[in-house]
Amino acid sequence: MSVYIIRRLLQAVLVVAAMSVLVFAGVFMIGDPADILISDDADQAERQRLIESLGLDLPVHMQYLRFLAKALQGDLGTSFVFNEPALLLILDRMPATLELAFSALLLAVVFGIPLGMWAGLKPDSLASKSIMAGSILGFSLPTFWVGIMIIMIFAVMLGWLPSGGRGTTRELFGIDVSFLTVDGLLHLVLPAVNLALLKISLAVRLTRAGTREVIHQDYVKFARAKGLHPRRIVLVHVLKNILIPVITVLGLEFGSLIAFSVVTETVFAWPGMGKLIIDSINQLDRPVVVAYLMITVCMFIVINLIVDLLYSLLDPRVRLQDVKG
Amino acid sequence: MASNTPTLLVEDLKTYFYTKAGVAKAVDGVSFSVAKGEVLGLVGESGSGKTVTGFSIIGLVDPPGKVAGGRILFNGEDITGASEERMRRLRGSRIAMIFQDPMMTLNPVLRIDTQMIEAVQAHDKVDRKTAFERSRDALGQVGIPSPEERLKAYPHQFSGGMRQRVAIAIALLHKPDLIIADEPTTALDVTIQGQILYEVQKLCRERGMSLIWITHDLAVVAGLADAICVMYAGRIVETGAIAQVIDQPLHPYTHGLIGSVPSHNRRGQPLAQIPGMAPSLLNMPQGCAFHPRCPRADAKCLEIPGVTTPRQPDHRVRCFHPHAGAAA
Ligand SMILES: Nc1ncnc2c1ncn2[C@@H]1O[C@H](COP(=O)(O)OP(=O)(O)OP(=O)(O)O)[C@@H](O)[C@H]1O
Ligand code: SF4
Ligand SMILES: [Mg+2]
Repeated sequence: MSVYIIRRLLQAVLVVAAMSVLVFAGVFMIGDPADILISDDADQAERQRLIESLGLDLPVHMQYLRFLAKALQGDLGTSFVFNEPALLLILDRMPATLELAFSALLLAVVFGIPLGMWAGLKPDSLASKSIMAGSILGFSLPTFWVGIMIIMIFAVMLGWLPSGGRGTTRELFGIDVSFLTVDGLLHLVLPAVNLALLKISLAVRLTRAGTREVIHQDYVKFARAKGLHPRRIVLVHVLKNILIPVITVLGLEFGSLIAFSVVTETVFAWPGMGKLIIDSINQLDRPVVVAYLMITVCMFIVINLIVDLLYSLLDPRVRLQDVKG
Repeated sequence: MASNTPTLLVEDLKTYFYTKAGVAKAVDGVSFSVAKGEVLGLVGESGSGKTVTGFSIIGLVDPPGKVAGGRILFNGEDITGASEERMRRLRGSRIAMIFQDPMMTLNPVLRIDTQMIEAVQAHDKVDRKTAFERSRDALGQVGIPSPEERLKAYPHQFSGGMRQRVAIAIALLHKPDLIIADEPTTALDVTIQGQILYEVQKLCRERGMSLIWITHDLAVVAGLADAICVMYAGRIVETGAIAQVIDQPLHPYTHGLIGSVPSHNRRGQPLAQIPGMAPSLLNMPQGCAFHPRCPRADAKCLEIPGVTTPRQPDHRVRCFHPHAGAAA
């Protein structure tokens, strides 16, 4: 197992290195940062001094190595707009995004899996058909439109829930979170539902397909032949088998949840990374964009690693192969 | 309960599958009985309805299939229309079934101990420790070495033969009155087949359990069963004591089956095959379902033959022209 983790971590380092090249090339090589950074009335000597201090006179590979050396020290550049280290800016916004994404994931698990199982166990019932119709809507309606609609209905027309911001936050392990206060929780509901809708639909479909497949397996019939209670068959024999693929896919989708939160955060004025990156792109704040991309890459890698470990914990057949491998 | 009540009495059982293409009469008027401690061999080609018969008895026919008629008496109790809860209490406890494919029978993500302990606790209110001990002893009885350790393993850590032993151990947990063994050795290699066959037979005899052994291989049941039912296209075409059916088969199909068993063949000669194929259930031949393949068929066979006993009263056959003469 530990050999496996070390191997995965080495792979991760390679991926981060490759991504850093791409991000560097993509952002630093397009256009000349000097044009933005240096005011037009600066004289030639001053201009030259700034270019040298930024290392823009060096050959490409040297520039990259400089970027890399600084990145390794945790310096991903300083925001032009906020005049603060880009990394800190993003880390500051990250808890809000993570809270939103985790809430959405929780909703996907809590609603998607039971609804999907119901639809798989009783495919011909009216409830199951409604669930499946709902999941098609969840898939096909664009997130921003749904976001605007639920703001219209629940915030504007009914006035039940607030439509923007995080509300009152409380500190938990040094991080501000919304879900610990009633006001914060109320603020969390609409954006979390908005972000979760797609994943709930995905969980419903995956769970339903898995259930339909598993209930026809011989081992379920054998469980019935043992005289087990139907509840135990569904909650242990069926659920444990479908959880493996469903958890794996939902885990991998967590990365895309963070990516999609860009839309939801913008619609609901949720002060997370997604809103920051949109603002930074609008203001050509490159260091922040670079830092965002690098952090997102690292998060995807960490998520994949965690999901793989989780998968091997859930599926006994995978564990054995790791021990051998 | 009178001691002469058979463990199982099946009367005119009909199990039909209502598919889009039509009604498939997988089991169509099957009758037989199994006495206490008796071993019955249920023989027939692939698709003849053996497995469906077994599932009908334990009430596990899945839609679109349905028991459409007949009666099943278990220890004298009519279980044909029994409630799901009543059937659940019988299953695994009084009637156990061992499935055809050991690789698919055990749940791949649950440990063996989980799957055995739950089987114990489904019918007996005992604590985990007692259930564990009973599971361990049951594994030992079917010849699994160091059962205590093996209980902690997952199914994929077992070979096919070992998995089938686990399934047999599970079937034996509650000392059922009847075990339905659905070709439990077909997927295994020949030496393992012999061992398992021997062990199941021994365990059943020791405990006075009745056994229905389903197979397409007549040679397997010849040394095992007391009585035999030969199935063809959803019907029992011949039934009798093992010696009667093997030594003096009445039905042309049974004749063909015996001819295709290697030990009954003269050395150096090619195996006799029954020409033709089993009929499709959705497109059954008129009259006797065997007539397109039958060497004795004539115009009379376009009607469905009834049950007759041309030689001995307990040796029944469904044929207009049985082999009443000398043995095969
Ligand atoms: N789910 C189903 N839907 C439709 N028809 C079915 C279904 N299950 C079984 N049948 C029909 O029942 C017939 C008998 O099947 P069964 O499994 O009992 O055969 P078998 O004698 O056990 O054969 P084998 O030796 O291959 O196991 C099949 O030919 C098939 O046409
Ligand atoms: S009834 Fe006729 S066709 Fe059927 S088995 Fe007997 S002889 Fe052959
Ligand atoms: Mg079968």
